[in-house]
Amino acid sequence: MNAIEVEHLTKFYGPARGVEDISFNVKAGEIMGFLGPNGSGKTTTMRILTCFFPPTSGTARICGHNILTDSLAVRQKTGYLPESVPLYLDMPVFSYLRFFAEVKGITTKSRKGKVDEVIGACGLDSVAHRLIGKLSKGYRQRVGIAQSLLNDPEVLILDEPTIGLDPKQIIEIRNLIRGLGSKRTVILSTHILPEVSMTCDRVIIIHKGRLVAVDTPANLIKRLQQTPRIIVKAGGPSEKIKDALGSLPGVVAVTQKQSGSQGLHSFQVETQEGVHLINSIARTIDNHNWTLQEVRPVDMTLEDIFIHLVTEEEGADTT
Amino acid sequence: MNTFAIMKRELKSYFTSLIAYVVIAIFLIISGYFFYTNLVMFVMWVGSDVKLGLWQYTFHDMRFIMLLLIPLLTMRLFAEEKKLGTIELLYTNPIRDAEIVAGKYLSCLTVFIIMLFLTLLYPVLLEVVFSVEIGPLLAGYIGLLLLGAAFIACGIFISSLTENQIVAAMATVGVLVFFWFIDWNEGIAGEQAVEVLHRLSLFEHFTNFTKGVIDISDIVYYVSLIAFFLFCTLCSLEVRKWSGNK
Repeated sequence: MNAIEVEHLTKFYGPARGVEDISFNVKAGEIMGFLGPNGSGKTTTMRILTCFFPPTSGTARICGHNILTDSLAVRQKTGYLPESVPLYLDMPVFSYLRFFAEVKGITTKSRKGKVDEVIGACGLDSVAHRLIGKLSKGYRQRVGIAQSLLNDPEVLILDEPTIGLDPKQIIEIRNLIRGLGSKRTVILSTHILPEVSMTCDRVIIIHKGRLVAVDTPANLIKRLQQTPRIIVKAGGPSEKIKDALGSLPGVVAVTQKQSGSQGLHSFQVETQEGVHLINSIARTIDNHNWTLQEVRPVDMTLEDIFIHLVTEEEGADTT
Repeated sequence: MNTFAIMKRELKSYFTSLIAYVVIAIFLIISGYFFYTNLVMFVMWVGSDVKLGLWQYTFHDMRFIMLLLIPLLTMRLFAEEKKLGTIELLYTNPIRDAEIVAGKYLSCLTVFIIMLFLTLLYPVLLEVVFSVEIGPLLAGYIGLLLLGAAFIACGIFISSLTENQIVAAMATVGVLVFFWFIDWNEGIAGEQAVEVLHRLSLFEHFTNFTKGVIDISDIVYYVSLIAFFLFCTLCSLEVRKWSGNK
């Protein structure tokens, strides 16, 4: 069963394109990652799904309710954490959450219990009676997430939930989201790739307002990692190092990136798939008595994915 | 029910941020001063017509202070939420636009009623030395209440148009002053036009109340003006949605 169905969603801000012709489905209980650079349309899509503003054309259904005709029911079933984490800074955490509990229609009787529950789930016990304006960024983020959880939403939409948090908090929030995922459908946007592979079941990639790919993280990475690359930083005569690296079996190409200070050079080695060359590169450099500073495989970055997918798409457009 | 929740939250915000205390204090000090000087004037020169004249002067003075202070109460209602981005939370929670507008309007109206209620101290004090007639006093206060309610409706509409509180306050004062002077320009507008403008003037309708006259047409004027501005506020929220801005 699909919890979220998006059909040909398009949003223009005047002449400027927010998103164009986006369609996808999210199954109930799935955690969907939303990946894209700044300004690619992640927030626009989320704002449409949460009924903040309507699309220019196209439609979407959340738990079977149309966002245009049945907006109140949609809002009743969703929890939303906006990207900027807006909060009433002059309110204490507890009153803030109680206000939203009331607005979300939680009865007077169960209100306090519900608020206490989300305070516990988001680790806010120690600051429950402090003013939100006095809290650190990490705590404010949690207050925002707590607000979105108050009505036990079937669909949770989180816009960059881990931005601005320290590493420990990021792990905590990820675990929190992972834990929620078993019961609810979650859409979360991010531009950190490892985060997606750690938390999400599937990923949507959008670029310049268009949908580029929808797939599982494992499939995406498999699809993209066709030519593994290794970065080598070594000191010595640059031409000789380049030749020595190029003559290793399994190497496709060697490009010199830049000459660093203190006679260190940096190279990028492209290798055939399935060949592990780290050890033989280290040995070669050692045998020549050159200085070895660094040998590491290149991680797939979001940038790589975009360059890859976007060029792929543009190529398909022209042919 | 959401209306009530929003109203409660706004009221708390008025009093924790001290805005309400400051505005009420200034209102009481200045209107108290006006009341005192008017009283002294009537005691020294007019003497006999204290009952009507004193209140008429005092109400006219209070009207002027309200013109300057109410925009300071209304300016934050939408502008602040837009600036902070919290309006996004209101729009994406299960709250109808009308409930947002009503909650905010009623919270501001409550602060204004508290403010007005405290000025009843002046007639109570006067009663100690001089018998006060309830009728004209009541009419005047109904007038002030309606006038203030109209000011608030105008202010809330203007606050929904901008995210800058200062701009909202200044524009509200501007619009209210315009409504005040609207029927002054007999030289340019013809006699008939002045007659129409006369009926549109915010303050012309107030004069009857200060004389102790409660005319149904004046009440209808204020109530329809309030409804008009609140409707405009709702429209402005709706327009915002389609334009895609905050």
